[in-house]
Amino acid sequence: MPGKPEFWRWPESRWRNPEIDWTKGGVITCGIDVGSISTECVIMIDGELYSYGSVRTGSGSSDSAVKAFHKAALHTGLTPENIDFTVGTGYGRVNVPFGNRAITEIACHARGANWMYGPRVRTVLDMGGQDCKVIKIDEKGKVIAFLMNDKCAAGTGRGMEVFADLLLIPVQEVGETSLKVEEDPPPVNSTCVVFAKSEATKLLRAGWTKEKVLAAYCSSMAQRVVSLIERIGVEEDFAVTGGIAKNRGVVKRVTKKLGIEACDTKWHDEKYASKGFPFDTQIAGAAGAALFAKTLAEKEGRTNEGKLRI
Amino acid sequence: MITAGVDSGAQNVRVVIMKDGEVIGRALAPAGLSARVAAEEAYRGALSAAGLTRKDVRKIFATGSGKRDCEFADGEIAGLQACAKGINFVMPDARTVVDLGAEAGSVFRINGSGGVIDLAVNEKCAAGAGVFLEAMARALETEVEKMAGLYDRSKKRITIYAHCAVFAESEVVSLVHAKTPKPDIVRGVLSAIALRTASLVKRVGTEGQVAAIGGVALNKGFVKALEEELGMRVTVPEGPDYIGAIGAALAAADGKAEV
Amino acid sequence: MKANYGYKDGSGDFFITVDTDLCSGCGACASACPAGLLVVGEDENDPLNDNPVCAVRNERRRGIRYACAACKPLRNRLALPCETACKRDAITHEW
Repeated sequence: MPGKPEFWRWPESRWRNPEIDWTKGGVITCGIDVGSISTECVIMIDGELYSYGSVRTGSGSSDSAVKAFHKAALHTGLTPENIDFTVGTGYGRVNVPFGNRAITEIACHARGANWMYGPRVRTVLDMGGQDCKVIKIDEKGKVIAFLMNDKCAAGTGRGMEVFADLLLIPVQEVGETSLKVEEDPPPVNSTCVVFAKSEATKLLRAGWTKEKVLAAYCSSMAQRVVSLIERIGVEEDFAVTGGIAKNRGVVKRVTKKLGIEACDTKWHDEKYASKGFPFDTQIAGAAGAALFAKTLAEKEGRTNEGKLRI
Repeated sequence: MITAGVDSGAQNVRVVIMKDGEVIGRALAPAGLSARVAAEEAYRGALSAAGLTRKDVRKIFATGSGKRDCEFADGEIAGLQACAKGINFVMPDARTVVDLGAEAGSVFRINGSGGVIDLAVNEKCAAGAGVFLEAMARALETEVEKMAGLYDRSKKRITIYAHCAVFAESEVVSLVHAKTPKPDIVRGVLSAIALRTASLVKRVGTEGQVAAIGGVALNKGFVKALEEELGMRVTVPEGPDYIGAIGAALAAADGKAEV
Repeated sequence: MKANYGYKDGSGDFFITVDTDLCSGCGACASACPAGLLVVGEDENDPLNDNPVCAVRNERRRGIRYACAACKPLRNRLALPCETACKRDAITHEW
């Protein structure tokens, strides 16, 4: 709807590693995660993080892929022609114009979580714009089991958006706002977002504060997510990727119900951690894709290793 | 004997007044914030339509999810039993019954005396109920009442892939932006909920006449889509949304409160 | 890998699980399914595995409960065709 303020979209972002000069690089790969709500692009040089960009997906998957690339490549001089191998992932993975291969978000989030959080991760929870996935992985980030729901809006970013919209709270603040309660109220009864919204409307009319309503909804969402996790069994270390990792209100309630802590949102790689590289959980899928791109580039001999780039 | 039946549903409260097996007055009121208040309002409306006062009515039974909110009822009957009794009375040959209300959908089979044999439900999910069609109508900037006309003008069958009211709304908005003709989108939307309803019919099995009741049965487009999905005729009684209330009024006349 | 296709919504949990370690990619389940839900192809969640495996078609995953209803009548229910066709017990319905 034109003119309506968007409370619920994570802001666009980008970052570049100041220490790498891509013209001297070996294998340059790119991972693009085209989600229903946001698109991320990660560029790696020899499997090291070079840059990333995150944009709103909008109405065209292929446009978003290009936009995300340009965001990640801004001021670097990189063009798609310089990339040795690009893997597309996410909902719009087949629509990446310069993509060499499409790989599912399950495989890419598994690999990305392993890369970001380390080889001790065994259970990954990711909530995207229109889905919720739980992935069991091994020490190399290979998928052992998974469960993905993208049928029902409950427990997805979109479900959270409906509430952020109802309560007029920007999505970045939803988590913290939901924690501003003395004690957790009973969770909203309905799983279904449509019915939960009606319930919330009645609660507001009955005098509940926004904080209390949000707490009730985050609690309900956490309960649902936990039952999905328990379906395939949780095993430590437990890590959260995607936008939901930034929602402390849901993560805290999930870990409390599971009785198990989630990994701190920080780099496993000590080099990255000590240099203070930003740890953006939303890039996990694109990062996994960029890593697969490297494996495939080397497998297929599509690298410019050793050659100077003009 | 004059009795009344109150069907307190998720969206509306409906009341019928019956005398010796005939409906002599009926009315509905939106449940809004208070089902209790709506029940009173609907009862007053039905009495007025029948030209009667409260003391003319011997017994009142309530049914539906909000039956406990009806303070003036003498007894209760479960929603399923009320619908079974009501449809059996109005359409004695009906054996497979599709009941789609605002917030839940079910399909049940009954025998010749209105006893329920089997039941399958779609509940706690907006995609299987009337609110789905309301959300889609909003996304299409039309009204539920206009859907039948639009369905008739459809030239192409399209599929709505989302089975969720929230996601389907986004999908419909995208289709509108892509300039897909509205009649085709409406047909896709009606076919989607018809498909979900038909899956309940498959679980329960069809036998004999198939009837459709509940508020959504008023949507002629939905009924056509359901017939297309099932490959069989679906009959809608007059006033399909009052069948539950009729069943409750009949139960009041029997004097048996089955919960 | 245990691939769980399906969803959880207000009405319940509806998943079909394919164990790709057991699946031989023979396609018997796909042929047996009257709703055409299953397809044999590359293992999309393990890009480094070249062996074909069975999966629920992507565009049908969201309607799994509705599609499988015909094989799950309330009365006179027979064994599911897909589970019966599989010689390795690689495919199971969770509901």
